[in-house]
Amino acid sequence: MAKTYKAVKISKKHLLGIQDLSINDINLILDEAKNFISLNKSKNKKIDILRGKTQINLFFEPSTRTQSSFELAGKRLGADVMSMNITNSAIKKGETLIDTAMTLNAMHPDIIVVRHQDSGASNLLSQKVNCAVLNAGDGRREHPTQALLDALTIINRRNKIQGLKIAICGDILHSRVARSNIYLLNMLGAEVNVVAPSNLMPNEIDRLGVNTFSDMKEGLKDCDIVMMLRLQNERMESSFLSSNREYYEYYGLTPDKLSNAKDDALIMHPGPMNRGIEIDTKLADDINKSVIKEQVELGVAVRMACLKIFCE
Amino acid sequence: MKKKYFLNANIVDPRNSLEELGGLIVDENGKIEAIGKKVNKNNIPSREKFIDLKEKYIFPGIVDMRVFVGEPGFEYKENFRTLSNAALAGGVTSVVTMPNTSPVIDNVSIVDFLKRRGRDKSKINILPTATLTKNLEGTNMTEFGLLKGKGIVGFTDGIKTIQNTRLMSRIMKSAYDLDCLVMQHAEDFELSINGLVNDGIIATKLGLTGIPDLAEKIIIERDLSLLEDYNCRYHISQISSSKSIEVIKQKKDNVNFTTAVSINNLSLNENDIGDFKTFLKLSPPLRTEEDRLSLINGINKDLIDVIVSDHKPEDEESKRITFSQAATGASGVETLLSLALEMYHNDSVKLSKIIELVTSNPAKILKINKGNLSIGNEADFCIVDLYKPWVVKKEKMHSKSKNTCIEDKKLQGLVTNTFVKGEELFKI
Repeated sequence: MAKTYKAVKISKKHLLGIQDLSINDINLILDEAKNFISLNKSKNKKIDILRGKTQINLFFEPSTRTQSSFELAGKRLGADVMSMNITNSAIKKGETLIDTAMTLNAMHPDIIVVRHQDSGASNLLSQKVNCAVLNAGDGRREHPTQALLDALTIINRRNKIQGLKIAICGDILHSRVARSNIYLLNMLGAEVNVVAPSNLMPNEIDRLGVNTFSDMKEGLKDCDIVMMLRLQNERMESSFLSSNREYYEYYGLTPDKLSNAKDDALIMHPGPMNRGIEIDTKLADDINKSVIKEQVELGVAVRMACLKIFCE
Repeated sequence: MKKKYFLNANIVDPRNSLEELGGLIVDENGKIEAIGKKVNKNNIPSREKFIDLKEKYIFPGIVDMRVFVGEPGFEYKENFRTLSNAALAGGVTSVVTMPNTSPVIDNVSIVDFLKRRGRDKSKINILPTATLTKNLEGTNMTEFGLLKGKGIVGFTDGIKTIQNTRLMSRIMKSAYDLDCLVMQHAEDFELSINGLVNDGIIATKLGLTGIPDLAEKIIIERDLSLLEDYNCRYHISQISSSKSIEVIKQKKDNVNFTTAVSINNLSLNENDIGDFKTFLKLSPPLRTEEDRLSLINGINKDLIDVIVSDHKPEDEESKRITFSQAATGASGVETLLSLALEMYHNDSVKLSKIIELVTSNPAKILKINKGNLSIGNEADFCIVDLYKPWVVKKEKMHSKSKNTCIEDKKLQGLVTNTFVKGEELFKI
């Protein structure tokens, strides 16, 4: 296992992306999260370390799992949690972000969790408010808590990340999860393969220190972990792919393609899944291989850790 | 007006191949009476007062070929008065204004309004362009001939590109018949759709949609191919990449055309965007360091004819939002010359070459008698303290919009005085 460094304090005021964090910060968050895993399984799940603190969830983009996960995490720590869903049809979006931020800031929250469809939105928000900002996904840039919970899931199963070979497959271009995971897994010493059709592969992504593949079987070869991504059709403004049917044929995770990975390879997916498009539905539910449910479970623990650390 | 005598100045006038220590005499009508090393203390009347410039530099008034003004329609971003003040502070005495206003400059009646406002409110020479197509729609040509008759110096859709090849060929044929200058912003909009920054590692890291350099190259290739058959006056408004330089190099011997580059693309690269700095959201986008160096090399190899400021004033509200929603462009007419001088100070480009690209070359392309210090011409010139260090500060800018992309940058070379028609209109 990677050498653990004992850090006592986080080096950043905000959690905007994995890119900004040091290895000490990462270990601090993951260690803290481990403590919450058991708490979340116990009968009395509530503690009061954030009693008297106010957490605002500011979601400009629809979200079920991330928002409920953050909400639950805050509540289990005893914070007052307010969730705001702002649909952005009527008003000019940018103004809403700053204006809403200023309004909320006047109410003295201790932490704001924000999701926005524009890359860099959380950075902008963090410049305008006094409290800590946690990025719950900004455009296609970063989704740091997802990467952290993915790392925790892997560590929970494999006890380490150092030296593992991990494939991230699918719609890399539109994926903030992929970017955050690339940064984090690289920092923790994994070898990262990125697998996508050329139309969904971001330009020059190899410069982030990953191996790129457009052939899924090659990309999955000898991998310990296969991380599938959701095909984000809602972000595609023109023809990236011919059809879902063809995509499934070449890039959907099927037992046949999975056989190229190690025998005990684990399957991950950040959800929500497009069953039958990027993943075979039986594989997704295979309790021996899929850790998708565990990802959701540990997500709460990771977010509790982040809330605790960044509230302090 | 009294006669003015300047002595002991380093005069650079590329049009007349002048680069020497000497003097300048401006006559009572604001015209150049004498210039050069022959003008010294001995041949001016002893009763006349003269100004010893102590080897400061005299350049012809800068001709900026790409400037956006907010009038009409966006007066809160920039009006003719503020544009004029900003230009004068940068030694710029003539500007080519873009037609992307509201309403757009696409018919004869609006040109009269524009010229009147320009004349009444600004002190510099306003050289207006009109659009290539009605209402910038890219479908029907404007009345090139009639507009030219009203004083339009060139035709461009400004921030837009003629996407339709058939229309482009017809525009070229008309422009040939009527001897009109076509200025194309080169960008294939299908390739650059939703694009925000250069398509590369920065786009990938920031999670922003990229604008490939191919989008520029393809339009340039297309237009230059058309130009082989329909040889009109054609100017590429701005280029940004080494790929475009390659195309220009290949075509330069066969077809006649001219090319400009924004000072922003010569001075900055995509890494400067840092943490979503919206003031550096530009069109064409800032590209890689290799691209930037190839542009400088292109200047030295005579592949680029003009340097422009691409002055695009945008108010705070349009920039203090997320990168994808922020307006494109930077305010830069007043820093054009100083920033360009950076290339002289770091030994990348010769001084006379830089001055040529911001004075005589644009004037030649526009077919106007500006950007030179020939005897008998109106005395449009600036005095520059070439080695004076200074720092770009937003609050000191004269433009109505302060969206400079070089805030806090240390520059060397400061315009101390600017004259238009012999009249001193700016003094530091």
